[in-house]
Amino acid sequence: MHEAVAVNPWAMLPYLVSGICFILALRGLSSPASSRNGNRFGMAGMALAIVTTLITHAPGSSQRVCPIAADCWTVFTVDWISAIEIAGAIIIGGGIGIVTARRIAMTAMPQLVAAFHSLVGLAAVLVAIAAYLNPQAFGILQPDGRDIFQSSRIEMGLGIAIGAITFSGSVIAFLKLNGTMGGKPIMLPGRHIINLATIAAILILVGLFHLDTPGLFWAIAILSFAIGFLLIIPIGGADMPVVVSMLNSYSGWAAAAMGFTLHNSAMIITGALVGSSGAILSYIMCRAMNRSFISVIAGGFGGDSGGAAGGEAKEQRPWKRGSAEDAAFLMSQAEQVIIVPGYGMAVAQAQHALREMGDVLKAQGVTVKYAIHPVAGRMPGHMNVLLAEANVPYDEVFELEDINSEFAQTDVAFIIGANDVVNPAAKTDKSSPIYGMPVFDVNKAKTVLFIKRSMGGVGYAGVDNDVFYQDNTMMLLADAKKMVEEIVKAMAH
Amino acid sequence: MDFISILSIFVMACFVGYYVVWSVTPALHTPLMAVTNAISSVIIVGALVASAAGALGGSATSKWLGLVAVALASVNIFGGFAVTARMLAMYKKKDRPAAK
Repeated sequence: MHEAVAVNPWAMLPYLVSGICFILALRGLSSPASSRNGNRFGMAGMALAIVTTLITHAPGSSQRVCPIAADCWTVFTVDWISAIEIAGAIIIGGGIGIVTARRIAMTAMPQLVAAFHSLVGLAAVLVAIAAYLNPQAFGILQPDGRDIFQSSRIEMGLGIAIGAITFSGSVIAFLKLNGTMGGKPIMLPGRHIINLATIAAILILVGLFHLDTPGLFWAIAILSFAIGFLLIIPIGGADMPVVVSMLNSYSGWAAAAMGFTLHNSAMIITGALVGSSGAILSYIMCRAMNRSFISVIAGGFGGDSGGAAGGEAKEQRPWKRGSAEDAAFLMSQAEQVIIVPGYGMAVAQAQHALREMGDVLKAQGVTVKYAIHPVAGRMPGHMNVLLAEANVPYDEVFELEDINSEFAQTDVAFIIGANDVVNPAAKTDKSSPIYGMPVFDVNKAKTVLFIKRSMGGVGYAGVDNDVFYQDNTMMLLADAKKMVEEIVKAMAH
Repeated sequence: MDFISILSIFVMACFVGYYVVWSVTPALHTPLMAVTNAISSVIIVGALVASAAGALGGSATSKWLGLVAVALASVNIFGGFAVTARMLAMYKKKDRPAAK
């Protein structure tokens, strides 16, 4: 037999370089101007990692030949069938990837990212199983060739567990985001106990994995698939941004665990980067909703829009209804208009019409700014991408902290498809479910224009909004896209 | 590499990740997720090792699992970088006034 293919010590170097490339890829994202170069670094790093692996682990076999007793060398025979199979796998996968990436609508980005996460998870599981079945190839066999290193076993156990959780969790997240499965939380009785018991069982099994009991490995895999599923089904649609970020983090930790098994620095560095990235994004999302991570994981909050609306009979309060012409007039007279878009804008596909409205206003000398709440959209930064797609320049788009003080000096706050993020109850009403969530102070603007489909619907949190009934608020009840188009038309007159 | 050196790399990388990610502008959080997705598919390294090992007379199942993992990771790598590039190309400054 051949000696175990240990990692060539020189191969460490390119892997380290590709790890650094990945760091630079993320560093580039600190501003849109440097981001495109960053992405190129990412691609270069990936290419380097793949080429290095193909060279150090070329499919084939090396044989020591000694034609003359004193002169020996190694002959390497490439196994072309395996090489073609690998190339085929890359081409098929890469083709599917590129076609999907080209075709996907920007509104569907959260689903796409969830689907991609599930693939990373599944790939991690498959690699872990492959390593378990053929430890020699991965160089994790003990020198006597009988058993896998104990440390490698624990790492592998963790790798398969995290990979499986990432996979099944992301599949559920994908189905929910895609609308295939309702956004309503599905609550199993006693789910906290079931979940905690399953997690405990997985940890115990991973700990016991150093014992060579067949079946232990598969038990870890099956339980982890189950827990990924159980963890995500009780989480409602409104919390999906946190879930997507969290799964992003998991996919990183899965890669890191496999990096430990393979002693590969590129995988470890990447895993750590992705893991912390996802964790930070989850934290930012939780903070923006003023919810603790634990309560999001525990689930049960926020179904589909309007789901929680029924029941409490609200007293009728007077509100003003405006028309597209009124809105057009008010905005043309304004000095500054701040547009607050929410997910409803994306659903109505109103971003292009909105940008057109912004252009008309700018041509009339009105300052137009966009205010984006961290949880606007279905994933972190989603709204920024949608506006960028509609050609809104990124220097007109502002974050919550940067623009909130400006509402007091603003003539018109134009709210489109957002609700909870402009609800003053978050600051004043301690009994409100959204109390403590950072919100835009739109009520301080001179006039508030509020586009809404109807007065009946409420936001995800299912709470009424005092802004509707303010004296300076004008409700524009219509489909967001149609309303904006009508406003643009009215402005042209 | 022994366990401690690998662990050191991991811990250091976590710190690097922490600081690098906080410096990412919130406007680019969606591309950040797409690109982290693409780079976490570096797990393809493990998949390639498994697929190439088939020739060494290792387990055939292991090889086929490896090939499937190569294909899955490739979807992610190519798709992830392509979609990130597509998004980043959309972020423009105010230099070209659209309606004048």
